[in-house]
Amino acid sequence: MHGLQAKELTLSYGEAIVIDRLDLTIPKGKITVFIGANGCGKSTLLRALARLLKPTSGAVLLDGKEIAKQPTKEIARRLAILPQSPTAPEGLTVLQLVKQGRYPYQTWFKQWSDEDERAVARALAATGLKELAERPVDSLSGGQRQRAWIAMTLAQETDIILLDEPTTYLDLAHQIDILDLLFELNEKERRTIVMVLHDLNLACRYAHHLVAIRNKTVYAEGKPEDVISRQLVKDVFQMDCQITYDPLFGTPLCIPYGKGRRILQKEGVS
Amino acid sequence: MLSTNRQKMVGLIGLLIVLLAAMWMSIVCGYTDTSWRQAMAALIDNNGSNAHLVVATVRLPRALIAAVVGASLAMAGALMQALTRNPLASPGIFGINAGAGFFIVVMVTFFSISSLQMLSWIAFIGAAAAAAIVFVISAAGKDGLTPLKMTLAGTAVAALFASLTQGMLAMNEKALEEVLFWLAGSVAGRKLELLTAVFPYLAAAWAGAMLLARHVNILMMGDDVAKGLGQRTNLIKAAAVLLVVLLAGGSVAVAGPIGFIGIMVPHMARALAGVDHRWLLPYCALLGGILLLMADIGARYVLMPREVPVGIVTALLGVPFFIYIARRGIAAK
Repeated sequence: MHGLQAKELTLSYGEAIVIDRLDLTIPKGKITVFIGANGCGKSTLLRALARLLKPTSGAVLLDGKEIAKQPTKEIARRLAILPQSPTAPEGLTVLQLVKQGRYPYQTWFKQWSDEDERAVARALAATGLKELAERPVDSLSGGQRQRAWIAMTLAQETDIILLDEPTTYLDLAHQIDILDLLFELNEKERRTIVMVLHDLNLACRYAHHLVAIRNKTVYAEGKPEDVISRQLVKDVFQMDCQITYDPLFGTPLCIPYGKGRRILQKEGVS
Repeated sequence: MLSTNRQKMVGLIGLLIVLLAAMWMSIVCGYTDTSWRQAMAALIDNNGSNAHLVVATVRLPRALIAAVVGASLAMAGALMQALTRNPLASPGIFGINAGAGFFIVVMVTFFSISSLQMLSWIAFIGAAAAAAIVFVISAAGKDGLTPLKMTLAGTAVAALFASLTQGMLAMNEKALEEVLFWLAGSVAGRKLELLTAVFPYLAAAWAGAMLLARHVNILMMGDDVAKGLGQRTNLIKAAAVLLVVLLAGGSVAVAGPIGFIGIMVPHMARALAGVDHRWLLPYCALLGGILLLMADIGARYVLMPREVPVGIVTALLGVPFFIYIARRGIAAK
């Protein structure tokens, strides 16, 4: 099994080392979620996996070959990245945005093919944006806008999709909407999805594989039900909590301690 | 806004007709009004009479220069706005006008060069030198060419050259008289040879811009998205900078610094053709040519019988437009 791997990966901004000799293998065909405290380097790691950031040392490998040594357009046909809160030029329509996803397939001689047309239609259908195709992206709601960007990465038709905090700035209903969409893409099309999420409970629900980042490296990884514990949350987020189980899904649910109104007896939740 | 490709094509043809009409007006209108028939006769069968001579050696070069320079400045502006992702950017931000002005003043002051042909090449070199300095400064550092660094470096270099120029002119009045005409920017009194000398570079840049359009569209979505889609963003940016230097440097060489065309026209073109640079750039070219031709015709009538430099007319048109864009930008946020 190859897929996407980090080998002895060290990343830094200027002098400051953010990730230090990290080894990681992203499981193929699964949803992997990076969690960690603010500033722990999880977004930096995601950017490096998508070759947006050059490693200080070590390497990112795609199917065993170093990603930095392959033509970037070829990589873009196998791996898509949706950066955090991207902005489209004013007035760009959803259709125009999604079409940009075909850029890696175009050359000086071959500008737009039937296959491009089909890929765009599939991406619009998968994200439920057919009716909004002619609308300007900046006129859409936050959730629809994020769907449009996801449609662009889908049009890239890659096996691997990386997303940096795809649910930021969305209300809870739209967060679920986006995560359901990604879950379906994984279920139906076996696409490998890697994302950074802030909400630990949603991460536990949607991830097959959880990667907790702390101290510039991987603190723990595995199935959420195997890795999430009081100790992990304490070590990774410096927060005390109780772990219980989601009454609907049975996935781990983290209830933080702290202050707040209390209408149950102390230790009332069993 | 024109939405289908068919509508956009029709719009483009319409603008081409308007451009040709504006060129024709530029040839016949002025202090010595020429009749249509006379102008036609001068172009086809010049009999060497005074009226025919005016058309062939004054009016025709003037119309051609206005059209070509207007088109080039507008395309350069559109590329600058895409590169810096700043709707108020113009080639001036790269220090192109300031660099050209500085080199001209240095040459006039220290080497007493006054041939317009020589000055035009010096202006071109000055424009390229200023842009090269901006490019080197803003490409330094880890993030490479970010829009912010480009804008900051460009503004600083432009201010430096402009103040050096002013300082030298303040100390040397003789040079002031000689270069003031040039510094105001004008398409009048330039010989056709000036245009034919730089035209190959401008035409190559037009073609280059059209080839680059698709890549500029990708760049507009931000560096991370563009890189994620497999674009070598630094290569595309360097190519765009080179095109801006050719377009704006060539323009300043022929006509001196003419402001505001580069800022205004891309906005007009976007209102008509949208954000796709494959349409936006040709719309800019035609609208830019039309606007500069009209401004130049206007310049003949503002203080008849005297003429106002066209750079002043574009500034008079441009300032209210600039404020409008800035206010709209604020309202949008």
